[in-house]
Amino acid sequence: MDCVVTGGNVKVLAKAIHSLSRIGDELYVEPQEDGLSLRSVNSSRSAYACFLFAPLFFSRYTIPSGHTFRCKMAIKSVQAVFRSLASLEKTVEKCDIVLDEQKNRLTFTLHCKHGLLKTHNLSFQDSESLQAVFDKDSYANVFRSHPRLLVDTVVHFPPSLEEVTVSVSDERMWVRNHVEEEDQSKAMLTELCLASDEFDHFAVRIHNSVTFCLKELRGLLVFAESTGLPISMYFDEPGSPVVLSVTDSVLEGNFVLATLSDDPNHRKNNSRRALTPPPPADDFMNDDIDSYLIAMDTSMAPGPSATGPPTPPLADSTCSKQPAAANNRTRLHSEEEEEEDDTADSSKPPNKKFCSLFFGSVIPPSPQMSTQPVTNQEVLASDSEDDV
Amino acid sequence: MPLSTQSQADDEQYVLVASLDNARCLSNILKAITFKDHAIFSATPNGLKVTVEDSKCLQANAFIQAEIFQEFTIREDLVGFQVNLTVLLDCLNIFGGSTVPGVSTALRMCYRGYGYPLTLFLEEGGVVTVCKINTQEPEEPIDFEFCSTNVTNKVILLSESLKEAFSELDMTSEVLQITMSPSQPYFRLSTFGNSGNAHYDYPKDSDMMELFRCTKTQTNRYKMSLLKPSTKALALSCKVSVRTDSRGFLSLQYLVRNDDGQICFVEFYCCPDEEVE
Repeated sequence: MDCVVTGGNVKVLAKAIHSLSRIGDELYVEPQEDGLSLRSVNSSRSAYACFLFAPLFFSRYTIPSGHTFRCKMAIKSVQAVFRSLASLEKTVEKCDIVLDEQKNRLTFTLHCKHGLLKTHNLSFQDSESLQAVFDKDSYANVFRSHPRLLVDTVVHFPPSLEEVTVSVSDERMWVRNHVEEEDQSKAMLTELCLASDEFDHFAVRIHNSVTFCLKELRGLLVFAESTGLPISMYFDEPGSPVVLSVTDSVLEGNFVLATLSDDPNHRKNNSRRALTPPPPADDFMNDDIDSYLIAMDTSMAPGPSATGPPTPPLADSTCSKQPAAANNRTRLHSEEEEEEDDTADSSKPPNKKFCSLFFGSVIPPSPQMSTQPVTNQEVLASDSEDDV
Repeated sequence: MPLSTQSQADDEQYVLVASLDNARCLSNILKAITFKDHAIFSATPNGLKVTVEDSKCLQANAFIQAEIFQEFTIREDLVGFQVNLTVLLDCLNIFGGSTVPGVSTALRMCYRGYGYPLTLFLEEGGVVTVCKINTQEPEEPIDFEFCSTNVTNKVILLSESLKEAFSELDMTSEVLQITMSPSQPYFRLSTFGNSGNAHYDYPKDSDMMELFRCTKTQTNRYKMSLLKPSTKALALSCKVSVRTDSRGFLSLQYLVRNDDGQICFVEFYCCPDEEVE
């Protein structure tokens, strides 16, 4: 891969990397036909973010044809390349990004004012593909606003606040700090109400509320604010991820955040999920309600299409797989699977747990691997615990 | 001059008397070399030299010329003593080191001679504080034998451009490698850290390069931990001269302009880390 970023786009790229650093510790780099994709996922896999920079974003964009290449590296080391964000716009005129597969290094060359040349040779690791699968267009509730509106909203919450709850009606959106039940007596509640006319787009089909982590939202806001791009928010039901996205003609950014799935106050209002009987574990047909699913698959060792993952540990979990073709992806090996904990099972983890967004075949199916539960492990962890 | 009320007779018992209207002129420059507690003071009729050393590999000298002081009286050719620099700095900022314009601490620094404490009279807003700092036996500063005739390569850069590089240096790298060469890459700073390596190249015709005089390609490594303290001086300075001699020893000279526009120098000598082929 060999690409050149010039002018103000260098800062856009840098901001994107900084906002990805709010998600996870590693940056997944994948030069694709349709642009350079930068992705990150948090350690508990409850938050995922992806930026795709179209070839037009670059002054030059060439990738080797014939094979896909992907790698990952510590996001800190990439951040270090763009350390002085404030002066970046003034000092950097051009940035070359060259990926040398032979030498196993990714080189960033910054051409700065006064002829100063900064070259960063970063080592990387090969990586599996990191791909979230979600169909935000099928979501019931869609909003779009200038980032300023959300920036002005989240500014009222203390930096220590981990999660916010967003509730919607036909006319309004309420944003409040999420307080765990046991703390409710002593906690201070802050709630902001936004009228629908403050948004560029406000479409509500289901009155409900979702709770998700604020940290990643803040990360995206930093990016959206600096680029002035409107933020779109898509959400459906508690437990299904909220998608925040920014789009313009040359770039697209999607942040997919898990929401708290067990919200008894609102679950009864959400009949959609409840009316759908849990599909059998190997139901290939059941694509519609799982369209929001995020899955991770690997193409490291393309093998025959998996014959289906083992049954998840929770027998009554909603679990389904989508064939690769359903997502217009051409990888040989691709499977997604969902595990949820929003069914009425008393053996569920505690309330304040995020469902993992990533399911399924982290590891290619091979005889020695197939016995390991990791392919299908339910990852449940509070996002905030891992990322402090 | 609020501190000039002392009688002439008092003054005569001192071998060194130095007065400053604004103690910050002195404290700022001393801060730039505060990486170890002990500082060797040597005063000559030309001014004051303060030396701090680390690991016998690094030496920092701050030069404060006699002209910087409103009064600089010395009764011997050379007056030397050693004090704890951190304590001295605390005393100089005893009134809080206010940076509000118009508010400044006046200083009168007196030394009676061997065995006597260093006496500071500090005055701000009519309040006088007298500080006595015990002096120690002055050690002999290391002679790095860095002489200008042995200098192989020399560049003078505007500090601005080096500040950026130093603020971004990969601190996971154990060394900073400096390459100076009459041909490409001319002047290069390199680090070798956990995540890879980084090079900063300054072309010889850059606006930031005030002087470029390199005769021979030289690549030397210096311990990052030794060079790190020099960033304080870099931050204060407006120009920096980078020189290496035939043995690979590094000299960094910082030109520092104080609040009144007067010029002082801070100089660092550093031993190379190891031979690089």
